[in-house]
Amino acid sequence: MKSLTHLQRLEAESIHIMREVAAEADNPVMLYSIGKDSAVMLHLALKAFYPAKPPFPLMHVDTTWKFREMITFRDKVAEKYGLDLIVHVNEDGVRQGIGPFTHGSSVHTDVMKTQALKQALDKHKFDVAFGGARRDEEKSRAKERVFSFRSADHRWDPKNQRPELWRLFNARKNKGESIRVFPLSNWTELDIWQYIHREKIDIVPLYFAAPRPVVERDGALIMIDDERMELLPGEVAQEKTVRFRTLGCYPLTGGIESEAATLPEIIQEMLLTTTSERQGRMIDHDQAASMEKKKQEGYF
Amino acid sequence: MAHKSDLIASDIEGYLKSQEEKSLLRFITCGSVDDGKSTLIGRLLYESKLIFEDQLSALEADSKKMGTQGNRIDFALLVDGLASEREQGITIDVAYRFFSTEKRKFIVADTPGHEQYTRNMATGASNADLAIILIDARKGILTQTRRHSFIVSRLGIENVVLAVNKMDLVGYSQQVFSDIEIAYRAFAKELGGIEHITAIPMSALEGDNIVERSANTDWYNGPVLLEHLETVGVRDVMQTKAFRMPVQWVNRPNLDFRGFAGFISSGTIKPGDRIKVLPSAKESTVARIVTIDGDLDEAVAGQSVTLTLEDEIDISRGDTICTAGDPAEVANQFETTLLWMADEPMYPGRPYVMKIGTSTVNATITRPKYRIDVNTLAHEAAHELQLNEVGVCNLSLDRAIAFDPYADNRETGGFILIDKMTNATVGMGMIHFALRRSSNVHWQALDVERSTRSAMKGHKPAVLWFTGLSGSGKSTIANIVDRKLIAAGAHTMILDGDNVRHGLNKDLGFTDADRVENIRRVAEVAKLMTDAGLITLVSFISPFRAERRLARDLMAGGEFVEVHVDTSLEVAEARDRKGLYKKARAGLIKNFTGIDSPYEEPENPEIRIDTSEVSAEAAADEIIRQLAEAGVVTL
Repeated sequence: MKSLTHLQRLEAESIHIMREVAAEADNPVMLYSIGKDSAVMLHLALKAFYPAKPPFPLMHVDTTWKFREMITFRDKVAEKYGLDLIVHVNEDGVRQGIGPFTHGSSVHTDVMKTQALKQALDKHKFDVAFGGARRDEEKSRAKERVFSFRSADHRWDPKNQRPELWRLFNARKNKGESIRVFPLSNWTELDIWQYIHREKIDIVPLYFAAPRPVVERDGALIMIDDERMELLPGEVAQEKTVRFRTLGCYPLTGGIESEAATLPEIIQEMLLTTTSERQGRMIDHDQAASMEKKKQEGYF
Repeated sequence: MAHKSDLIASDIEGYLKSQEEKSLLRFITCGSVDDGKSTLIGRLLYESKLIFEDQLSALEADSKKMGTQGNRIDFALLVDGLASEREQGITIDVAYRFFSTEKRKFIVADTPGHEQYTRNMATGASNADLAIILIDARKGILTQTRRHSFIVSRLGIENVVLAVNKMDLVGYSQQVFSDIEIAYRAFAKELGGIEHITAIPMSALEGDNIVERSANTDWYNGPVLLEHLETVGVRDVMQTKAFRMPVQWVNRPNLDFRGFAGFISSGTIKPGDRIKVLPSAKESTVARIVTIDGDLDEAVAGQSVTLTLEDEIDISRGDTICTAGDPAEVANQFETTLLWMADEPMYPGRPYVMKIGTSTVNATITRPKYRIDVNTLAHEAAHELQLNEVGVCNLSLDRAIAFDPYADNRETGGFILIDKMTNATVGMGMIHFALRRSSNVHWQALDVERSTRSAMKGHKPAVLWFTGLSGSGKSTIANIVDRKLIAAGAHTMILDGDNVRHGLNKDLGFTDADRVENIRRVAEVAKLMTDAGLITLVSFISPFRAERRLARDLMAGGEFVEVHVDTSLEVAEARDRKGLYKKARAGLIKNFTGIDSPYEEPENPEIRIDTSEVSAEAAADEIIRQLAEAGVVTL
């Protein structure tokens, strides 16, 4: 008898979920955020449908404030696998000059990410969107279904979720409703890294330590990624060897000082570390239960 | 994350290698409100050093703010995620937690004890290898303990940990512990299905016997909780069973490749193996097991694969690929255990969408054989199932499917039921066996065909289904239409709601369940009449869309003509020729449509008559004109 390891079981489960969507959705899309979880999700999609290509496009909601290396990586990946890539930007937000420096993280995230995502889903009439969220990331995620329903105005109702039994997903929906599907629901951060290592999956180089220009602001190390980053009085640009545990908008993503330049070193550092992953992300700190509230409003 | 292994610091590559071989255990925790489930899970995460410093400091702040444990850390706050739950202090939904030790990765479904959320417990249990059933040592076995154990046993979880919690509050009394253990074992034996029970005395709050053996229970010799979870044998029996793979998706990137993608429910498969596809029963041989990393020599239960076959046979989503020598059964009628999960009760006779494996079919539940009282396990007569009730029911499908009894295979024997109107998942069930009559009562082929009967009449058969409020004028209009059709030489019959209730349906009342059955019977009679070639006029309030849909689905395309006799409640009530509205308003008639029972208006009726605009005579002429236009009759 062949005993399956936990990674093999997680892989099989995720592939099964993706194929269910391909079979039952009218117009699915994969939200691709360029991070390590998206990299794993895309890798699984390539496996699920081989030798065919994944029967859905990738979509990136670009806030225009992502690290430049992320954009380069995104375009390289789409080209390498010959995938359809949709890039959506909230042009209204751009016209109003919305940005994290001028408007703060919560307005910026709401307009350029949450609103932009809703615009994009409505514009292309996608009925099912894959997301790379994991249940171990945050408390409200832990209670979310794999097939997570959204009303016609994209709201999540945590008290009215469909029970999910065995391997049976009810993907039926009424007109206007949509579904967010999370194939990585049962993966942990450690699983993701182990799988990237085992499968030799390409990830954005920002995850690896390297000398980068940074400035210390509000206790975080913010990378000076382009000329829009202006130094405040008393701030000094310095070169430090840093890496990023999560990737997002560069002004909102703090780096950590690290020497971990290879995958095993990253995993080693993670296993010996004492702070949780989302701490580098500013969004969770805004208020108690903030993620739950954002999700109800339509944040992925 | 502070995994305590020297290997991490000294040889990370070696460590990663060893971690790749970890196994996975999924378990659920269940118990009553306040038994301490969330505290137990919080404690497991804390003790296995999976709580980060930033989380811990947030937890300390939260604990002080909530004030439930004085100045001590409230571990429950770690896992009670949603804001609304924090306010109420109860867990309202299934939450999934993850932790790992050097030996295993664990996925925990934290399931609520509140009675109205039993469906969520079943959700967590459906994928679990093991169940931890919590008992408050002070309270012993409660109704919820029985209910949860019952669900655990019916869902086929063979391993149970009986966690006798809050031992600190009973002075770590061996007597209290063993009384509970003995009572539970007796109950479980009566229940059946739970093969292995491990009882552990513990205190989640104090940390006794969770990770470390407690000095407070020196009389206890069994394993502590984490040790047991790390070593319990989860028999991977699915690999030893016959091969089953429900086909999810047909992979056709080009004309030269045709692969069948699916998740292997049971057994193993190799190139060269002989397979049978159900329900078509066509056979072939496996050619390749295709993956992006190259073809496999063998695949086993639990893997997602793509198979190609030697022969070109027609296979689509919903078919099941089986080993040819030991295929699944095929049937369209079953005895099942059903757990109802919706606020609206289960109505016998109403069609639901059933999903089993990868097939989606229409299923109708016949009257429940019995409901099971989860406290006494007694069988009770039942007309319907309410939210969270469990019953044994027969099920009839609109086509045959491949299946195995649930006891043999969860994946090919478990199903969900979906409401056709709301699309909500309303029930879950487990197949016991196929009913013999589905194979023995064959459809009797008739010598005289339907078309012959129809041709003799000189017109096409049809059902004119008049629906509307009481007093809307359905029967009046139907009578005029009938008279005119007879005058034109058509063969007709009227089925009137009131009249049918004097005979065929005199055993039925006016509850929602009886209304559904009332319409089902009338629809079947109307179908027989169309088979005889008649134009049948059905005049029934028929308030529910689902039943009118059932009637529509029974007839051939174009034969069902829904006539909505549209009268406002005010007008119908003002007419009140039979004096019924007056009685209903006075509370003398219960469940009266429009008063205290809903009327669901047709969304797309073939014909809509607005009685405030046209007379009954004009309405009848319009209906006949439309019948002529549709080619049913020639005038």
